[in-house]
Amino acid sequence: MAKVSMTVNGKAASGEVEGRTLLSSFLRDTLGLTGTHVGCDTSQCGACVVHVDGKAVKSCTMLAQEADGSDVATIEGQANADGSLNVIQQAFQDHHGLQCGFCTPGMVMSAAALLKDNPKPTEAEIREYLEGNLCRCTGYHNIIKAILAASGQDVSAIAAE
Amino acid sequence: MYEFEFVKPATVGEAVAALAEEDAQALGGGQTLIPTLKQRLAMPSRLVSLSGITEMQGISDSGGVLTIGGAATHAAVAAGAASYPALAELASHIGDPAVRNRGTIGGSLANNDPAACYPAAALGSGATIVTNSREIEADDYFQGLFETALEEGEIITAVRFPVPEKANYQKFVQPASRFALVGVFVARFADGVRVAVTGASEEGVFRWREAEAALSANFAPDALDGLSVDAEGMIADLHGSKEYRAHLVAVMTKRAVAAAG
Ligand SMILES: Cc1cc2nc3c(=O)[nH]c(=O)nc-3n(C[C@H](O)[C@H](O)[C@H](O)COP(=O)(O)OP(=O)(O)OC[C@H]3O[C@@H](n4cnc5c(N)ncnc54)[C@H](O)[C@@H]3O)c2cc1C
Ligand code: FES
Ligand code: FES
Repeated sequence: MAKVSMTVNGKAASGEVEGRTLLSSFLRDTLGLTGTHVGCDTSQCGACVVHVDGKAVKSCTMLAQEADGSDVATIEGQANADGSLNVIQQAFQDHHGLQCGFCTPGMVMSAAALLKDNPKPTEAEIREYLEGNLCRCTGYHNIIKAILAASGQDVSAIAAE
Repeated sequence: MYEFEFVKPATVGEAVAALAEEDAQALGGGQTLIPTLKQRLAMPSRLVSLSGITEMQGISDSGGVLTIGGAATHAAVAAGAASYPALAELASHIGDPAVRNRGTIGGSLANNDPAACYPAAALGSGATIVTNSREIEADDYFQGLFETALEEGEIITAVRFPVPEKANYQKFVQPASRFALVGVFVARFADGVRVAVTGASEEGVFRWREAEAALSANFAPDALDGLSVDAEGMIADLHGSKEYRAHLVAVMTKRAVAAAG
């Protein structure tokens, strides 16, 4: 076992891990942050996306010890300071960007990473960026719409399909 | 996953020393290795992470040669290989953004997946694979499916790409994995054209010499008219037959030449 320490959603966090402990299981099992979902555990679905030092990564495909000393952001840290939903989360609610919600933490984290690099993405850019985030419910249209809306762009062109 | 010891050295020298232990294995971005470990297809006693080695991160350009650190991520190459646009473009379409933020060029070349993108760029550019102990020409480096010239414990520290006059990579995406069903990298240098094909052959990445000769004489899509690769030896799976892949090789090569301009 080894000790890892990192900043998670702005707060210091540490714990004992094995070599093989995944970042996803450190977040969920050690820190109790179960908002990060594990859908496939095979790097396909993106439900486990978190940010490590500002970059979107699949936490099921990164070792916890690789994140030692890093700044990690998860869905639990996304809401505004007063507890209200942030712009992206609110847009998912407003535009019905989720049904069962299983993919949503990863979708929101990927969307946040996209908008940080590209504050006004086109619809095509959003679709391409979400290549590694699978949703079995929505058919994606409303997710795309929510992200477009969160970026402050007009979504009337994307019909409610 | 079986348990292993994790170490994260800060220099190439420390990493080489850490890899000297029996059953130690290098860890690049883990985008291939971690899924492999999860399936218990490998059982290293120790993983030596290369992500903390600063000297393996950089991307630099001097005199028409682009040198990329072995631990540079696909995202770093997509953003930093401006002097070789075809390479940056290739890197920007590997997997998805989260995979590109972790996966590395050294890991991709060491793995030598028959459907991976970087092997086509390295062979198509005539790149040099630089390791902790030697330099290996791309023509000698790729040795078949998942096979390379790397010795046990040898680390790819950098890859040197001569920058061609014109180049393009065309990837016919396998719709489930997003790897290349067939991918073709075409590069025109002052002294000739190189064409490297990934995804197609049971032997892994290969040069299509006939197309190289035709394109060296006339760098135009119709220079390829009438040329074809033999379907024998092509990969056949549920995504495509041998004949289909052989056909795609010619189509993607033409497209790459057209796009390279
Ligand atoms: C969803 C998904 C989609 C993908 N799509 C594509 C795609 O479209 N095209 C494509 O080309 N690839 C694709 N990949 C593979 C991806 O590019 C991997 O990042 C890459 O193949 C391996 O790089 P890595 O740094 O993650 O290596 P790792 O997984 O860490 O290691 C792979 C192997 O290389 C060895 N190794 C790692 N670094 C070095 C080094 N510097 N020197 C010597 N040995 C080393 C390891 O010991 C291991 O044997 C995809 C992967 C995923 C998960
Ligand atoms: S759980 Fe990590 S990608 Fe699906
Ligand atoms: S809302 Fe159910 S998987 Fe996306």
